[in-house]
Amino acid sequence: MSITRRKFMGWLGAAAAGTALGKTADAASNKYFTGYADSIGVLFDNTRCIGCRKCEEGCNTVNELPAPEKSFDDLSLLDTRRRTTAKAYTIVNRYDAVSQVDVKGPLYRKVQCNHCLEPACASACFVRAFTKTQEGAVIYDASVCVGCRYCMIACPFEIPAYEYDKALEPRIMKCTLCYPRIVKGLLPGCVQACPTEALTYGKRTDLLRVARERILKFPDRYVNHIYGENEMGGTSWLYLSAVPFKEVGMREDLGITAAPKLTSGALSGVPIVVGLWPVLLTGIYAMSKRKEKIANQETTRAVTAAVEQANGAAQAKLAEEMAKVQKLKEKEIENAVSKALAEAAKPKEKVSDTPSAKAQKKPSEEDS
Amino acid sequence: MSDGAATTGRSFLTPFNVIAAIIVIIGLIVTALRFTGGLASVTNLSDYNPWGIWIGFDLLVGVALAAGGYVTSAAVYIFGMKKYHSAVRPAILTGFLGYALVVIALNYDVGRPWRLPYPFFIQQGTTSLLFEVAACVALYLTVLFIEFSPAAMEWLGLKRARNLVVKLTLLLTIFGVVLSTLHQSSLGALFLIAPAKLHPLWYSPYLPVFFFVSSIIAGLSMVIFESTLSHRYFAAKMDEAHMKEKDAIALGFGKAASLVLAGYFIIKVIGISEGNNWHLLETNYGLWFLVELLGFVGLPCFLYAVGVRDKNLKLIKWTAVLTVLGIAVNRFNVCLVAFNWHLPSEERYFPHWMEIAISVFLVTLGIIAYRFIVTRMPILYAHPEYEDH
Repeated sequence: MSITRRKFMGWLGAAAAGTALGKTADAASNKYFTGYADSIGVLFDNTRCIGCRKCEEGCNTVNELPAPEKSFDDLSLLDTRRRTTAKAYTIVNRYDAVSQVDVKGPLYRKVQCNHCLEPACASACFVRAFTKTQEGAVIYDASVCVGCRYCMIACPFEIPAYEYDKALEPRIMKCTLCYPRIVKGLLPGCVQACPTEALTYGKRTDLLRVARERILKFPDRYVNHIYGENEMGGTSWLYLSAVPFKEVGMREDLGITAAPKLTSGALSGVPIVVGLWPVLLTGIYAMSKRKEKIANQETTRAVTAAVEQANGAAQAKLAEEMAKVQKLKEKEIENAVSKALAEAAKPKEKVSDTPSAKAQKKPSEEDS
Repeated sequence: MSDGAATTGRSFLTPFNVIAAIIVIIGLIVTALRFTGGLASVTNLSDYNPWGIWIGFDLLVGVALAAGGYVTSAAVYIFGMKKYHSAVRPAILTGFLGYALVVIALNYDVGRPWRLPYPFFIQQGTTSLLFEVAACVALYLTVLFIEFSPAAMEWLGLKRARNLVVKLTLLLTIFGVVLSTLHQSSLGALFLIAPAKLHPLWYSPYLPVFFFVSSIIAGLSMVIFESTLSHRYFAAKMDEAHMKEKDAIALGFGKAASLVLAGYFIIKVIGISEGNNWHLLETNYGLWFLVELLGFVGLPCFLYAVGVRDKNLKLIKWTAVLTVLGIAVNRFNVCLVAFNWHLPSEERYFPHWMEIAISVFLVTLGIIAYRFIVTRMPILYAHPEYEDH
């Protein structure tokens, strides 16, 4: 069998393809998860935002949220520092005091769910009410939610809000990235409403490229950082800013660790405790039981020994006593015999005198 | 409380009964408000502060202080310290009531309490530490109920069932220790996911270990504390063994608590080192951290040691109170004081009086239940027909 050149090249090709396939599979495994391929996101550029609150209005309309107390045209609300609530999935805050001198006027920050690549809320939920969809949206299922609000504790961006005023069916409320719209090919409400293109919608990978290009093109206009590229493991929403993000109310101390990694260590300890604790505890029980058993054995042994010793001593004493008694008896017998002999010698003088006295004396001697 | 009104049934207008009745009535009214008007009508909870004292006190402190059950049963049945046997039943009873109250409190706190079984039967969020807490608390409550049941069965005269359960003692004890280790530590691990919100002096990868070790301290101290109270109010119900072992229990548990406190102190310091947070000790939060570490960990460790050396029972008893307070301070710090420390003061949480009313109401229910049970069932004395257990 000969290997032709063509065959050999074919094998090489197959091997190469295999390697390539392996690589793709590895890149998609959850060990190095960097977001679903082709998932979408939104880029917010605060140099373009004019604080008109049209995005808030658009969000309110498409999500059919309750009408606000003050109209969306009323910009006086920008004077207060607001956050997302059960009635507003997104809000805009104004920041006046910014360090850069060349920035004209105030800067704005739009706040909504950042749709983390590995969401803290989804990791924290004990009924899996949150899902990170292939499209990139983090959506919530109220039909299983217990209302424990652990997602609100877990979210580093302080996004989920809760219907505290509802007695029977309170829900967690948060931006869905307009999931029902984007699967139909429509734009999210806020993006559609934005009149200045401060919001750019697209594939996250494309948005990262766009953001980088803007920074490259206008290095004086932007801080050289794309917020959301790595924060908390990366988010579907990305941000460009004219000033350090801290100055527009965005936390720079969140780190780049995805939330699930923060708890995976503690969780991995659980099966170990379940597996080893019973062994350890049974071992301790066995030891204490054995100690007790040995202690009992020792006690019994000591008691038996003591009893035996006491018995031995008693027997020895008894024997001694017996011997003494024996000796006494022998002595008395001897005495009696010698006495009798002596008396027997006497009667040779007066024989007929005392036969009755002799008969009286004998029983008393035997008694002793 | 000690007048025995409950047993004689002569007069119910004792100070204890009157105060308890008032608390219960207020509690029931607030309960009605909570379940008709939602959380907003009775709490100061907000979107920034989703957890208040119903979690901080009722859940975190409650579970820690109910640790006496597993600590005592482990000491007696696993470590073979039989001289503390008379402490087992009161500790199991307190543990059982404590956990039952925790579960009742959760029904107030969560939005849709009837869905509390969902994580087990509908959809399991196994990546959540809260899932672990829920699973272990549910299982452990069951274990505690079974461990407690012999007392009730002796009272009801169910001899056979009682003897069957007693045979399971060792198995239940081991199961109880495993479950307690897991959920006591998981309560600390709940906060691992929020490094951005919890002050670095309290946030530590060791949080689960801190919570577990401090639960042992809480358990030991609660047994001493309760035994003091029981002796004061239920002395008539105690048999000779309880009276005789009482002081030995205080001395033995005090000694153990001092030792574990020393270990806890050391790992807390290691925690500061691990995060290299020494510089934070000079801040206001640092000062408060030092108060907790020195005043509620270091000091009781020392006082217990002195009390045991001098056989000073009074000192040991007061130290138990200080230690129990210290555990409460720690849980409050992690859940409420040092949590959301980055927020401006107007966004911070302070409990509404009705939240406090519910917590007081639940504790009162616990005391009433405890009193009901110890005045009827063989908790503080051995049933004459079952001396062996």
